[in-house]
Amino acid sequence: MKSHPAPNTRTSSLLKIGTGLSFLIFITTAVTTVSSGENATAADRETPLRAGGARPARTAQDSTESAQAFSKVYKVLMSPRCLNCHPSGNVPLQGDDSHLHTMLPQRGVDGKGVYAMKCGNCHQATNTPGRHTPPGNPEWHLPPANMKMVFQGRTPNQLAKQLVDPKQNGRKSMKELLAHADDTLVLAGWHPGEGRTLPPMSHAEFKKAWTTWLEKGAVAPKP
Amino acid sequence: MLNLTINKKAYQVDVDPETPLLWVLRDTLGLVGTKYGCGVAQCGACTVHLNGEAVRSCVTKVSRAVGQKVVTIEGLAEKADHPVQKAWLELDVAQCGYCQSGQIMSAAVLLRENKNPTDADIDAAMAGNICRCGTYLRIREAIRLAATSQRKAGNG
Repeated sequence: MKSHPAPNTRTSSLLKIGTGLSFLIFITTAVTTVSSGENATAADRETPLRAGGARPARTAQDSTESAQAFSKVYKVLMSPRCLNCHPSGNVPLQGDDSHLHTMLPQRGVDGKGVYAMKCGNCHQATNTPGRHTPPGNPEWHLPPANMKMVFQGRTPNQLAKQLVDPKQNGRKSMKELLAHADDTLVLAGWHPGEGRTLPPMSHAEFKKAWTTWLEKGAVAPKP
Repeated sequence: MLNLTINKKAYQVDVDPETPLLWVLRDTLGLVGTKYGCGVAQCGACTVHLNGEAVRSCVTKVSRAVGQKVVTIEGLAEKADHPVQKAWLELDVAQCGYCQSGQIMSAAVLLRENKNPTDADIDAAMAGNICRCGTYLRIREAIRLAATSQRKAGNG
């Protein structure tokens, strides 16, 4: 969208609100996962998670590599571009400080907002140009109310377990979990619009870590 | 040329598809009931209905509206007698009135989806519409009144 001067109205400058209100992004990473079924090893070691199609960690080396990969995954998921759409409450977060989204839009049953405050009412199919403008994606939404997939406040151990728990991740298969790294909203995290920081590594690096974590046993780092 | 349907009327407009819908409504078609406030979807003054949803027309490209149904405040009710509009008048809600078309369009979506909204429902629905005059209590009261009259009329 090109930059357009205000439309023809005598009072066009009446409400100059935008500059004062941070309208930074919330990107749904909706990272969900397969299944769990904790294949717990010794209490002092990382916990390989297994179920669905996820293979158990077969060797100590696998476990180590899986846990190390998840530490990278965790850094991305806890970055504002992912975290902001995985709040502990029902209001999305905004900005690099992950404050509550201005106007306090609600999650709604399907994660797409309520009444006159649905995500797609402001968030377009593409980013709106300019700073403090709504970022966009055709699928913009929070996780639904029956599968909130909270990231906010989760430790690495908690988040790893949650991601592969079929009761919490939408019963995704291993194949679906692996494919989720290329979900349109996950990818949107790397195209956040003007003025928003990127996740702490490239998408390729994230995808590699995500895949390694899952394929080496989906190990949850020890608490 | 882009084909638009606004308030049940067909239009052809010769504009850049990237142009915000609000600019087309006001400057191209002269439908000036919808207001420009912030230009960044922060205030709700530009709210119109796109296929029944309360979109912010200042950030909605006109291309998104092609082939869809757009309703502005001018088309909300043929005789400007939508329950929300009537309640607005009855309770003398507006002070300066600049935000009211956006407020009314948002309230209309609320009452279509929830015939008997609680105060919490009203707040959740209207949180994206700012009133600089601070008429929020009258707005809430008018929505309650509109909900009641809608139910009495058998539409609720």
